[in-house]
Amino acid sequence: MPKIVAFTIDGKKCQAAAGTLLVAAAVENGVYIPTLCNYPGIPPKGACRICTVRINGRLATACTTRVLPDMEVLAITPELEEFRASVVEILFAEGNHLCPSCEKSGSCELQALGYRYRMRAPRFPYAFPKRGVEAWHPKILKDHNRCILCKRCIRGIQNAQGKSLFAFGKRGDRLVINIDPETSRDASDDLVRLAVEMCPVGAILRKGQGFDVPIGRRKFDRMQIGSDISPQGGS
Amino acid sequence: MAQKKIIATASLAGCFGCHMSILDIDERILDLVELVEFNKSPITDIKSFTKECDIGLVEGGCCNDENVHTLIEFRRHCTILVALGECAIMGGLPSLRNEIPLAECLREAYIDGPGMSEANPAGIVPADPDIPRILDRIYPCHEVVKIDYSLPGCPPRADLIWEALVALVTGRELILPYDSFKYD
Ligand code: SF4
Ligand code: SF4
Ligand code: FES
Repeated sequence: MPKIVAFTIDGKKCQAAAGTLLVAAAVENGVYIPTLCNYPGIPPKGACRICTVRINGRLATACTTRVLPDMEVLAITPELEEFRASVVEILFAEGNHLCPSCEKSGSCELQALGYRYRMRAPRFPYAFPKRGVEAWHPKILKDHNRCILCKRCIRGIQNAQGKSLFAFGKRGDRLVINIDPETSRDASDDLVRLAVEMCPVGAILRKGQGFDVPIGRRKFDRMQIGSDISPQGGS
Repeated sequence: MAQKKIIATASLAGCFGCHMSILDIDERILDLVELVEFNKSPITDIKSFTKECDIGLVEGGCCNDENVHTLIEFRRHCTILVALGECAIMGGLPSLRNEIPLAECLREAYIDGPGMSEANPAGIVPADPDIPRILDRIYPCHEVVKIDYSLPGCPPRADLIWEALVALVTGRELILPYDSFKYD
């Protein structure tokens, strides 16, 4: 049996098995810490910084930090929420996010965080980057305009032989996520579906379908992100 | 009764959907006319400002010089200026052309596009001074003038517009209900 450790989040007494990642431990204790690049069950990356909390006064990402005894965690404070809102705004401004025409709209985690923070317009100027769409793969459509480079797809999507469908291309501010033409062509429908679901935004889409859930019944149409974990979407 | 607030509205590079959504407040429009008076607006068909206005609602971003001119005029005549809808806030669907050079857009529209060799054999790109000049890209309203508030949505839900108008007119705090705060 793993050792159970006690710690606090925003003053709330919490318990979890030693070594549990803090975001997961928070969920077990009914506390929602916003995440974006993190996906349960795949290795954490710490790429987006949305989950930044203060642990014993110091900033750290909750998706890559494991709980230790007597940790004092601050998660939902005005300072940290303001910081998270600014990360969301940066992501909206640096890509091309045309929600009205996006297949993921209503079920998109980036958009849902925009709703959580009631973002009306980003405080940063829109970059309108030139990125493009890869529509020639037989099963998957890749819209680079919406990719937030969270790398969930790279970490989480492999075929039965362990080959990744997605890989990095280029470097720096031109970094893109490429699709491997062969592995993606031969991928099972289930794997393609998983890739679409795992992508937090509308950057990975399944060919031949879209807009199949009516407005009003999509994931975040009525439910604020995180409110299933804690009613106010906080601690 | 307190003096009625004066509202002006405009549609720049938009589709009039946001204006339709204003009308979509249904019978509350009867309450609205008790509270406000419309000045320059496609709803009244008043073409130029005849009064200084309390609230300006702007739909659409700026895709040509006439949009810029109208937006600056709205900023001058309206105490509070509101960007209404995605196009006003971030350019919206017209901004799909932002990654295409303007010369290429015009060439496709007037010269290379389907049927253009018959319709426009001389390959003329219109440049009449009476036609608004198209800008190099779409500009969100807040990149052209100072915008006081933005109401997202494509179009913004009528309930959101209603909440915002009542808050602005009566001075009460604006609540942004989750169900009507959307980007699509
Ligand atoms: S990926 Fe999300 S935020 Fe981006 S356009 Fe689609 S719905 Fe909007
Ligand atoms: S394609 Fe989707 S999952 Fe992959 S890095 Fe981009 S946003 Fe993340
Ligand atoms: S969710 Fe932790 S850094 Fe992205």
